[in-house]
Amino acid sequence: MLQTLFDALSLGSLYALGALGIALIFGVMRLVNFAHGDVIAFCVFALLWPSTDAMAIVFAGQLPWYLLVPFVLLCGAGLSVLCEIVVFRRFRNANPATMMIASFALGFVIRYFLLMLYSSRPKSISLLPALSQPVEIFGARLPLLQLITIVATMAILIGLTLFLRQTRFGLEMRAAAENFSMARMLGVRANRVIMGAFALSGALAGAIALIFGSQTGTVDIQMGASIMLMAFIATVIGGLGSLGGAVLAGFLLGAASVVMQVALPVDARPFRDAFVYGAVILVLLFRPQGLIAARGTKERV
Amino acid sequence: MSLLALSDITIRYSRLTAVREVSFSMTEGEILFITGPNGAGKSSLLRAIAGVTPVAGGKIQLAGQDITGQAPENIARLGLSMVPEGREVFGSLTIEENLLVGTGMQTRDRNSRARTASDLEAVYTIFPILKDRRNGQAGLLSGGQQQMLVIGRALMTNPRLIAIDEPSLGLAPNITDQVYERLIALQAQRQLTLLIVEQSSARAMMVGGRMILMRGGQIVLDGDARTLGSGEAIQAAYFGYEDH
Repeated sequence: MLQTLFDALSLGSLYALGALGIALIFGVMRLVNFAHGDVIAFCVFALLWPSTDAMAIVFAGQLPWYLLVPFVLLCGAGLSVLCEIVVFRRFRNANPATMMIASFALGFVIRYFLLMLYSSRPKSISLLPALSQPVEIFGARLPLLQLITIVATMAILIGLTLFLRQTRFGLEMRAAAENFSMARMLGVRANRVIMGAFALSGALAGAIALIFGSQTGTVDIQMGASIMLMAFIATVIGGLGSLGGAVLAGFLLGAASVVMQVALPVDARPFRDAFVYGAVILVLLFRPQGLIAARGTKERV
Repeated sequence: MSLLALSDITIRYSRLTAVREVSFSMTEGEILFITGPNGAGKSSLLRAIAGVTPVAGGKIQLAGQDITGQAPENIARLGLSMVPEGREVFGSLTIEENLLVGTGMQTRDRNSRARTASDLEAVYTIFPILKDRRNGQAGLLSGGQQQMLVIGRALMTNPRLIAIDEPSLGLAPNITDQVYERLIALQAQRQLTLLIVEQSSARAMMVGGRMILMRGGQIVLDGDARTLGSGEAIQAAYFGYEDH
């Protein structure tokens, strides 16, 4: 029981962080960034030395954790900001469909860049091995990593909330997310806010990369895509652009997956994802605007 | 020297010309009403001044600087504060946060915090209802209160020129009266320069000041609101009787 709860929370954490990364950018520029998953993959590969050998040559991955964590977060933020400057800035006034397709293209560029440097073969990596030790809580044996995942996610969520509520930059971001043009007329610098959103989103991608990389112990150029799909669904269910909704829906999706894994009859388990997506369709039928509708999207005509 | 000067401004939406070679200027401390029927190009003109709508031709100068084609945030920094049509409060932010959004462009120094606090207090003195609900969500305010909030928000940036698009839109007449009362009192008190777009010229005649009447993307009348307002000249201009 407790085991299930923790499984749900830790899977939900991944989805929630991913959804948050997408929602942040959607909020300020109405862009659904499909390259986000590939930013996640890039962050994991940043730990390895480029080589097409089957064996992973761990490079930055050997850093002690207090250097490793900032390094990966910075990698994510850096790449994300670079994407904004090089690609998305040129699409600022394009319609959302055009931007979305551009993000697909950019995602492929990043993925094939990784493919070129590292080959497509999944490699195993032992990232922060100390974390796979089990700990015992209330009779349940949990990997330490799972606990840290949940705690770290909570810390990130609280930190982000404080940042958005208490700082000048957070205020500008929230204003811009609701009504970008009005915010600009009040002197809020468009470039600064958008780059800030990309940096935050990239850092979140880095966090996911760390968690996912240490959970699975493998690096794979496809690894971002699977999380990205679920995260994207979470942002839609949560209400596109609504940060709270994205987080909530991320956790709900995680919980739904884990619960179905446990509760479904054995024969139906291979089709778990079909049931999860079925639930998603049901939610959208009843609340097409998402669980928590974002204000900025509702009023725009 | 004029605070705001437009020369030969043309605005097009794809093939539709909304504003055709409009020129006017206004001096510091002036109240200027732009009136005219729906589709006259009033709002387009205001949005172009704020940098939100691109101009197809002409030049706009604010305080002697060419602002044509500048980003809205840079124009705001030069002292234009815009109160757009439909008010556009940040509904999910609190009232106080709404007021603070525009204060980021002031230079940061030791006194900036104190200055912002005193500006905030000044706005609360003018609109006490905002102070009572400072931590409430702005989206829950009534239309009239929202109009007061956005005027307060504009004041917080210490602008040289406030441009207001249809402050009476969607408000009951007595609420509109209240909004104007405060606005005019403020103008007298602080020597504000006001550029106000209104569909009806009746308000301009009541308040006084200068009035420009637009129709079909052009200026058809320009003069003192009170003298222009009397007589049939304005009706003819407003409805375009001379065409027939």
